[in-house]
Amino acid sequence: MNLDFEKNMPEIEAKIAELTKQKTTDPNAKVEDQLTDLQKQLESLKKEVYSSLTPWQTVQVARHPNRPLLRDYIAGICGEFIELHGDRYFGDDQGIIGGFATIEDRHVMIIGHQKGKTLEENVKTNFGMATPDGYRKALRLMKLAEKFKIPIVSFIDTPGAYPGADAEARGQAEAIARNLTEMSQIEVPIIVIVTGEGGSGGALGIGVGDVILMLSNSVYSVISPEGCASILWRDGSKAPEAAEALKVTADSLSKLGIIDEIIPEPLGGAHRDYEGTLRVVKQALLKHLNILRRVSERKLVERRFEKYCRIGRFKRR
Amino acid sequence: MGWFRKKEKPPEVVVAKEDLWTICPSCKAHVYKDEWDKNFCVCPQCNFHDKITFQERLDILIDPGTFREINEEVTTADPLEFKDDKGSYAEKAESTKAKTNMKEAVVTGRGKIHGIRVVISVMDFRFLGGSLASGTGEKILLASEYALRHAYPYIVVSASGGARMHEGIISLMQMAKTCAGIARLKKGGIPYISILTDPTTGGVSASFATMGDINIAEPKALIGFAGRRVIEETIKQKLPDDFQTAEYVLEHGFIDQIVNRKEMKNFLYKVLRYWKAK
Ligand SMILES: [Zn+2]
Repeated sequence: MNLDFEKNMPEIEAKIAELTKQKTTDPNAKVEDQLTDLQKQLESLKKEVYSSLTPWQTVQVARHPNRPLLRDYIAGICGEFIELHGDRYFGDDQGIIGGFATIEDRHVMIIGHQKGKTLEENVKTNFGMATPDGYRKALRLMKLAEKFKIPIVSFIDTPGAYPGADAEARGQAEAIARNLTEMSQIEVPIIVIVTGEGGSGGALGIGVGDVILMLSNSVYSVISPEGCASILWRDGSKAPEAAEALKVTADSLSKLGIIDEIIPEPLGGAHRDYEGTLRVVKQALLKHLNILRRVSERKLVERRFEKYCRIGRFKRR
Repeated sequence: MGWFRKKEKPPEVVVAKEDLWTICPSCKAHVYKDEWDKNFCVCPQCNFHDKITFQERLDILIDPGTFREINEEVTTADPLEFKDDKGSYAEKAESTKAKTNMKEAVVTGRGKIHGIRVVISVMDFRFLGGSLASGTGEKILLASEYALRHAYPYIVVSASGGARMHEGIISLMQMAKTCAGIARLKKGGIPYISILTDPTTGGVSASFATMGDINIAEPKALIGFAGRRVIEETIKQKLPDDFQTAEYVLEHGFIDQIVNRKEMKNFLYKVLRYWKAK
């Protein structure tokens, strides 16, 4: 998928790939100068485009189909991953997955939304839109982490909770509410990281934690910009305006005090550089795992409650 | 998030013929306004429970003269400096306050139900669709903390379309904030009763409203997470008429009982008697 604001970046990248290939097959090919030139062009273009993304452009990047997904993060960051299935009530949602995992020498419980890269995968995972079964599976795994006394790392990347008739019938609202309630009292550290789309209640349903991190091009919002535009502007095409007004970017949310840290993506976005992205995510997770391991169980819950108590801007008069 | 109707109108109580008649929004029956009001805004023909104000709700549920409001001074700020093409949130909030004589979409306080002390939060749909935002979340949480401190049962009457978009992510976070308060009540052994009225949807249904130790709904109330239109677009099917009604969520196991408005106070009293009963 090409983003129009990336201008001719994809073409330059294609040309670089072609010349690089030429170089490897034919060591005598005189492509060195051209390559250096193209790489310079690409770098300056990346800088130009990615240092001044509008909120709506950031939404496009956050939704980019080539962005690393949860299974990419697990494969790149975790030494081991033991997937655990099922909510023990109804089924095994694929929109939220989880299991035991190691990050370096740390043992953790990973939960998170799983989108798909292909249509087939997206059918299976519902485009990362979890059903109540997914939220209940996540809660089961969090309770398990609490019992095993290991920290929880929650990866957020969803357009929202699945809006289906069956999801309503099985209590989408109750499942999310239950998670919000229980997560506030879980006696192990919870690190939340928004890697792509933080879509409303569907994101928050596994998003209550001690520290909330966001990748620099991810977004987090109470409603999709399109949804907001169609309600308040009565025109879905005003999504760019709504994205601006809703303050959905990591930068805005950091200024509002909602998130604790922005993890800078490599220039040009996570979809261009998996290795670089995984490296910074791993570093950030290890850092916060180490900070939070020193906090007592009681203090953790107390501090988490206070953290959420503080969120809100109102007047008294 | 979740649930907003396009072109949401305030309760469609159309008054005709010199204010003598009320037309039921559900079955369109013509009812004498006097009779309608005496019947707690419930249609005598079809038992539709129309939206009522926080004051009417308190009058119905709380013993006369016992209600003491708490945190009444909490009111909206404009954290995002939100504007759409019709104007700013700040202006919209001010005109709503003037129109409703409320400062936020919920009124909280303590009072008695047939002599039993309770803490109660009552949402009012007239105030920006009863939407959950900073001030609402703060009041609902402070009320639950008040209940915890004094060991009084906590009752919340919900009437809300969901989170308030104009405060963006801060509104979303009120879901977590209010639920954190409910979790402390559960831990502290304090009863929490949730009353879901028309409508209870989106971010409110996905937070404190469905977390009652006992969940009660009014007849025919709209209760659900996602909007009907969004679901129909997603599954490309027409949904049955009773989808997301109180009767539907009762059948699916998410509420304990559907209780008529005029019996609600007695029902609450009967249930509360069981707390620490011999
Ligand atoms: Zn009627």
